[in-house]
Amino acid sequence: MKRELLKFLAFTVFVLLLPLYFQGGYLMNVLVFVGINTMLAIALNLLLGYAGQISLGHAGFFGLGAYLSGILTATYGWNPWLAMPTAAIVVGGLAGLIGFPILKLKGHYLAMATLGLGIIIYIVFNETVDLTGGPSGLSGIPNLAVAGVTFDSDVKNYYLIWGFTLAVILFSLNLANSRVGRALRAVHDSEVAARVVGVNARILKVQIFALSALLSSLAGSLYAHTMTFISPASFGFNFSVELLTMVVIGGLGSVYGSFLGAALLTLLPEFLRAAHDYDIIIYGALLMLMVMFMPGGLVRGIPDLFRKVFKKGGGDSHA
Amino acid sequence: MQFDQILQYALSGFSTGAIYALIGIGFSIIYNATGIINFAQGEFVMLGGLLTLTCLDLLQLPLWAAIPCAVAVSTVAGLLFERLAIRPLRQPTPINLVIITIGGSILIRGLAMLLWGKDTHAIPAFSGDDPIAIGGATILPQHLWILAITVVIIAINKFYFYHTISGKAMRACSYNRRAAGLVGIDVRRMVLFSFMISSAMGAVAGIIVAPLTMTAYDVGVMLGLKGFCAAIIGGMSSGIATVVGGLLLGVLESLGAGLISSGYKDAIAFIILLLILFIRPQGLFGKADSERV
Amino acid sequence: MNIRILSFLFAALALLFSTNVFAAAPIKIGALFAVTGPAAFLGEPERNTAKMVVDEINKAGGVKGRKLELISYDTAGDATKAVQLATKLIKDDKVVAIIGPSTTGETMAVIPVVEKEQVPLISCSAGSKITDPVKKWVFKTAQNDSLAVGRIFDYLQKRKQTNVALLTVSDGFGASGREQLKAQASKYGIKIVSDDTYGPKDTDMTAQLTKIRGSQAQAIICWGTNPGPAVIAKNARQLGIKTPLFMSHGVSSKKFIELAGDAAEGIKLPSGKVLVADQLPNSDQQKKSLLSFVKDYQNHYKAEGDHFGGHAWDAVMLIKGAIEKGADSAQSIRDGLEKTRGFAGIGGTFNYSAQDHAGLGKDAFVLVEVKKRDWVVVK
Repeated sequence: MKRELLKFLAFTVFVLLLPLYFQGGYLMNVLVFVGINTMLAIALNLLLGYAGQISLGHAGFFGLGAYLSGILTATYGWNPWLAMPTAAIVVGGLAGLIGFPILKLKGHYLAMATLGLGIIIYIVFNETVDLTGGPSGLSGIPNLAVAGVTFDSDVKNYYLIWGFTLAVILFSLNLANSRVGRALRAVHDSEVAARVVGVNARILKVQIFALSALLSSLAGSLYAHTMTFISPASFGFNFSVELLTMVVIGGLGSVYGSFLGAALLTLLPEFLRAAHDYDIIIYGALLMLMVMFMPGGLVRGIPDLFRKVFKKGGGDSHA
Repeated sequence: MQFDQILQYALSGFSTGAIYALIGIGFSIIYNATGIINFAQGEFVMLGGLLTLTCLDLLQLPLWAAIPCAVAVSTVAGLLFERLAIRPLRQPTPINLVIITIGGSILIRGLAMLLWGKDTHAIPAFSGDDPIAIGGATILPQHLWILAITVVIIAINKFYFYHTISGKAMRACSYNRRAAGLVGIDVRRMVLFSFMISSAMGAVAGIIVAPLTMTAYDVGVMLGLKGFCAAIIGGMSSGIATVVGGLLLGVLESLGAGLISSGYKDAIAFIILLLILFIRPQGLFGKADSERV
Repeated sequence: MNIRILSFLFAALALLFSTNVFAAAPIKIGALFAVTGPAAFLGEPERNTAKMVVDEINKAGGVKGRKLELISYDTAGDATKAVQLATKLIKDDKVVAIIGPSTTGETMAVIPVVEKEQVPLISCSAGSKITDPVKKWVFKTAQNDSLAVGRIFDYLQKRKQTNVALLTVSDGFGASGREQLKAQASKYGIKIVSDDTYGPKDTDMTAQLTKIRGSQAQAIICWGTNPGPAVIAKNARQLGIKTPLFMSHGVSSKKFIELAGDAAEGIKLPSGKVLVADQLPNSDQQKKSLLSFVKDYQNHYKAEGDHFGGHAWDAVMLIKGAIEKGADSAQSIRDGLEKTRGFAGIGGTFNYSAQDHAGLGKDAFVLVEVKKRDWVVVK
């Protein structure tokens, strides 16, 4: 536990100091999105990595958070600080309700049901034009503000978003190491066995589904208040798949893995931009190579790689 | 009038549904042989259409020669995909396999974008564009082609899986891979076969639908998604159940668009599917099975 | 760290000398286009055209002795990316003006960025809310959808066809068109008897058309971009629908005729004049610009220049105009743009003012019809 805490503190210091290196350049803006995506990846990882339940519809919860927050503030003039938790609770509650029937499903049926759910939500964003602005989007969402400071620049947003992200990380680390976390892993390994030893698997799965949706909604609200504009295209099926990819590439069941996955997939397009039209091909190929050579995800693959290189280097010097 | 409309909705739904079914069967074949949900399945649909175009325009082949040529090339693509992407995987957990097929589909789509550009392309209908009247509804000759080819392919499938050695071997793999291996079935070869068969079927679906819908490098995404749904409604069967699933999806969409709301038609289809799944969590045709501890 | 600073100083010095000796530093113009993704049909011709025009200008010696440098990024039609890249253009590349983005959604997302950083933006997307209300730093070259809608309704009103069925695509383009169609109908005494949509990737629209066939529509207006409208044209032919079919300017290129084949015959749509440049009378102000654009595009890309590319052509030329009048900073280019009068471009004749940052009149569109696989102006 102490080591965990040290790791977290080191990570926090790293996050806090990073802006000094970039000096407010454009990459600051990208790092804001790394923060949001990290939150989303962790939310999905709780469900996928810890409880072993797949979701292909998480972009929907992300979008619901963004739209609820956006509509409440831009259209009805709510204070964003009130709109955000409201949205999170509503989305978490909805997910809890739908969780009961949906989590009865297993394997590819669950994949399909969550996929359908995501698509239904996406269509609702598109079609309820009076409420959401439809495909052309919703603009005029206010920035968050606290004590007279408005979060309207990349650096300010960076600290805002990462403040929340760090809190989510700390929370998830705690959860993973708690009784609930152990029960979740039991459900992951074998639901029947978990039930036998007295874990109420069904309730637990629904709870974690609701929690995951709630965190995604929070990320969505933050996204809306940072961007000040949202449109349905950001919350489609593709983004659900991208989130899934972040979690798997990063490493299932690892909080820092989710960060690595989110960081890689968010930053990769920046580095590939130089390749122009070939970027999409390189992106696809990299995904495949990553799974082939780091099947346990970055969080396990990178230390392995270091170890190998180090060992090899050491061997050479002896020879 | 009202009856004519319903008939038209049903007929339109059937022809779109047949396509979903063909793609869905492709999903099922691979799933049954390997446990993989192949997210790159839609890309073979795209390849079928675009390769036909190349055979027609660049190689100046007649249509009857262009089609088998396109199917053959797509099959080779499927073979390469299995060899280069699936087989080398060190930890083939289901979720890793999903990500690798997602990576594969992005890669294939990217290559197609470079090769064929971003434009949409038209392909001539197999036998003209003159509508055929059925009752008060009309369909095109191409729709008949779609329905006929779907039926033929399902029949061939049935024959292959139940009356040939390699088909039976593949079924054995789907029941229990280890046991199949123990009785001397080359499981890896069966996996390769399953990729080749389903990429060929995807290509056929892409070719027969292209004259109606046009084709472009990105048509595979949506069609693949719908095919995936058809397969799941059918309980991942590689037979008639998936066909029913595809037709059901197609008809639901069409009726939803015509009778309720065209904007919400996909949502309507998915809500009904969700309800079906809620009532029958083991799928429309599945039997409840017990989980091994 | 010291070495970095040192090398930076050297680089800066070198730059200083080279610019003093040879020519003034190039003027950097940023561009955001959806070159890939679902809006690639807009972004690709736009980027191609912008590159082409800037190359041509530089080949001719630049503007007032200064070269232009175009820094173009692909947004893939994604609003988040558009915002990030706009920030990159402003903060890292230090551009003095931005052309694009291609879609209304992306533009709306980018507006807060450029307003805050005070860099002029010339959007290539059509949504009227981009410049209504007027925003200090935001201009646009694409014709408002309302102008296209007006052209069709004008035509229908003259023929006393008052019952109209709508079939629009459920993306930004279709939604904006649908909004305008519904908003303006009453002004022309037109009744919308059926209002349907279809998905951008849908492959069969017979269900919607069957429903429309059952209504009292005297005209069907379809608002979408390829390939949807071509599918609709084929479906309508299959169903034997004789009701006149109108499309939007979203498909005003040869590509549509190629896709829809015989089913395209008789379809009418409002289009920018570029489609029928050679059919225009010589008295038309725009004819010179149009013909040179079409010719250049054919030379560079062996393809037909369309009016989407035209939006980028207009944007570059408008900036060039401002620079010719002495502007070289973000502020002065903005002020220069606002003073543009009577610039005959591809999209129409532009007259910007403090109250109007869209700058086009109703004459920006002509109504064209497909006859014998070609576009003909409807008189």
